[in-house]
Amino acid sequence: MNNASTREGKMANSLRAVVNGADGQAVLMRGDTIEAVGAIDIPADTAVIDAKGALIAPGIVDLGVFAIDKPAFRAGGIVRAALMPDQSRPLDDPGLIQRAADSGKPDLWVHPIAAATRGLAGLDLAEFATMRDSGALAVATGRDWIADSGVMHRVLAYAAPLGLTVIVHAEDRGLTGNAVATAGETATRLGLASAPAVAEAMAIARDLALVEQTGAAIHFRQVTTAAGFALVRAAKARGLPVTCGITPAHLYLSDNAVSDFRTFARLSPPLRAESDRQAALAALADGTIDILCSGHDPRGPEDKRLPFADAAPGMAGAETLLALGLGLVRDDHISLPRLFEMLAANPARILGLETGIIAAGAPADLILVEPDTPWRIDTARMAARAGNTPFDGMPVQGRVALMIKGGQPIG
Amino acid sequence: MSISTSFPPTGLTGAAQFPHRHLTGISGLQPHEIAFLLDEAEQWVDLNRRASKHDDRLAGLTLINAFFENSTRTLLSFEIAGKRLGADVVNMHAAQSSVKKGETLIDTAMTLNAMRADIIVIRHSSSGAVQLIADKVDCPVLNAGDGWHEHPTQALLDALTIRRRKGRIANLRVAICGDLLHSRVARSNILALTALAAEVRVIAPPTLMPPAIERMGVTPFTDFDAGIEGADVVMMLRLQNERMAGGFIPSPREYHALYGLTAERLERAAPDALVMHPGPMNRGIEIDSNVADDPVRSAITEQVEMGVAVRMACLDVLTRRRRGVEGWA
Repeated sequence: MNNASTREGKMANSLRAVVNGADGQAVLMRGDTIEAVGAIDIPADTAVIDAKGALIAPGIVDLGVFAIDKPAFRAGGIVRAALMPDQSRPLDDPGLIQRAADSGKPDLWVHPIAAATRGLAGLDLAEFATMRDSGALAVATGRDWIADSGVMHRVLAYAAPLGLTVIVHAEDRGLTGNAVATAGETATRLGLASAPAVAEAMAIARDLALVEQTGAAIHFRQVTTAAGFALVRAAKARGLPVTCGITPAHLYLSDNAVSDFRTFARLSPPLRAESDRQAALAALADGTIDILCSGHDPRGPEDKRLPFADAAPGMAGAETLLALGLGLVRDDHISLPRLFEMLAANPARILGLETGIIAAGAPADLILVEPDTPWRIDTARMAARAGNTPFDGMPVQGRVALMIKGGQPIG
Repeated sequence: MSISTSFPPTGLTGAAQFPHRHLTGISGLQPHEIAFLLDEAEQWVDLNRRASKHDDRLAGLTLINAFFENSTRTLLSFEIAGKRLGADVVNMHAAQSSVKKGETLIDTAMTLNAMRADIIVIRHSSSGAVQLIADKVDCPVLNAGDGWHEHPTQALLDALTIRRRKGRIANLRVAICGDLLHSRVARSNILALTALAAEVRVIAPPTLMPPAIERMGVTPFTDFDAGIEGADVVMMLRLQNERMAGGFIPSPREYHALYGLTAERLERAAPDALVMHPGPMNRGIEIDSNVADDPVRSAITEQVEMGVAVRMACLDVLTRRRRGVEGWA
């Protein structure tokens, strides 16, 4: 006991610093907290990590993953994963929330997101307040939209005073039905059931109207269409508490990526027309999009080696998120600081966490990034539990050299 | 050195005439490759009209008809085609509802492969399922219909029927009418007929018109009378029973009123217009009996006849490499 507490006491106060010899910048950490940043004097008893020219960046906060996949998160520089409630047992109960929150220890923060409705059935309110006290930092509708507007109204109204952001999947289910693709030439040629892209804007429009009524903060986990971005942009201009995210898939790929029935490109929402992809890049550039997330959803052959319509949607995105994000910087769509706002600071803020930034007093969660290291995305050589990436074969740049969580290097 | 610009390519021999391992769709075929299959089918039309309808070129080969979706006519047609060429024909009816579809499909493919089938004919209710199996087996695979995607031998038999009746396909005006949205027959026909330079029109209620169909090189009409104007060929599609109940159209009665092929409507087509239907027909709904049975204009029974010949041609061509036919091995 004594020994242990002494060791913990030492760790709590131990000094560690990441120093970049190239520009003299350093991050000094005391225990699990950042103490100082910049061109600072490093105290004598500090354990120094040489960044060797790597970029010192905040650990990634990945908002809305579907599985806890530590090797993939470690490879991707993800220090915190906000877990969607769509688990084998939906996260609609305080005990399940607690268990999920503990599941990442010691090398990963898991922040469970509470189911908005019991069993994610879209009917009855789940216990948000109790789940918040058990560690839930937000509420989500899950993979699905809540079709009943009355239920959605109550979800938002109930969440508002609790300070919980409601994370929403925005596709009008009446329009999407059994669709597996976006209506257009590709879906028609392949003979796939499709839904018009406007299904997204319809869902967003309804939910925004309910946000005006209730004042609740809403986050559209993925917005992927021109009409959807226009609505979010206008709502932000009106001052509504709205944010939205996107994964690299809808920024890099359009629906012709499914042309040969590639089930790794079966996503939810489905890949869109090229014009919508261009609108997404514009929304990225003008700040309409707040978050870049992985949507990590590893799926093995039992879910993916099937006819397209029978395959499960989703991609393993964790370990490609950073490299694809750096590609957006390289292609001049966004700046490097803005990339890390989208990968860390903004998702942290939506979850109510004071992290995702490198500043004195913030948690010492850092990654060292070699932004130029080239590699090729290879479905057969993924750290993730499954290799279902739509980016198979794509050359990218940027690797995580080291991850530091709570001041401790994660090996 | 000069690059030949002659089109269609001339002087092709052996496997260069049809360099594909499988027939999963019309998509991906060049016009001259489609024409080659039609040319090949002609000899089988002749054979099938003789008293003795037998050829032994597929003797010793095993043809498996793996039908994951119910079919009577297509299965029968493939079975007859295989038998007339001397193959050992095995029919497998895989009930789809009983087992978890996906694993069964891949597992079934591996099983058929292990049994050393020489050619597998597959029908499945999911678009893309046939391609999935084709990627996993060592023998040629022939698509007998996958979901709403393709039904290539139907398009070939329709093209052969048209070519024999009209003497050509290029520049004919073909109207394809009915439930385009859920129709693999329509997709394959659009691909084949546009490749062979026909003018293709599609006619459907707005609820059964595939999105962006004009991108496939056809002209869409929701008004039947306008679409059928001057058509040289009127190809009707079957309306599935489950689509009649209000989900896509209000009722069979209203469908017939707006989209049924009646003798009166047919008057707007060319005087010698050919009437076609892939069967089985809903008489009195998408097509009236007096039109379907018109001995001069209706080519519906001829389509069935051409079906056997086209399938014989496909089975023959796809197995040539395997049989070591000169120029193909």
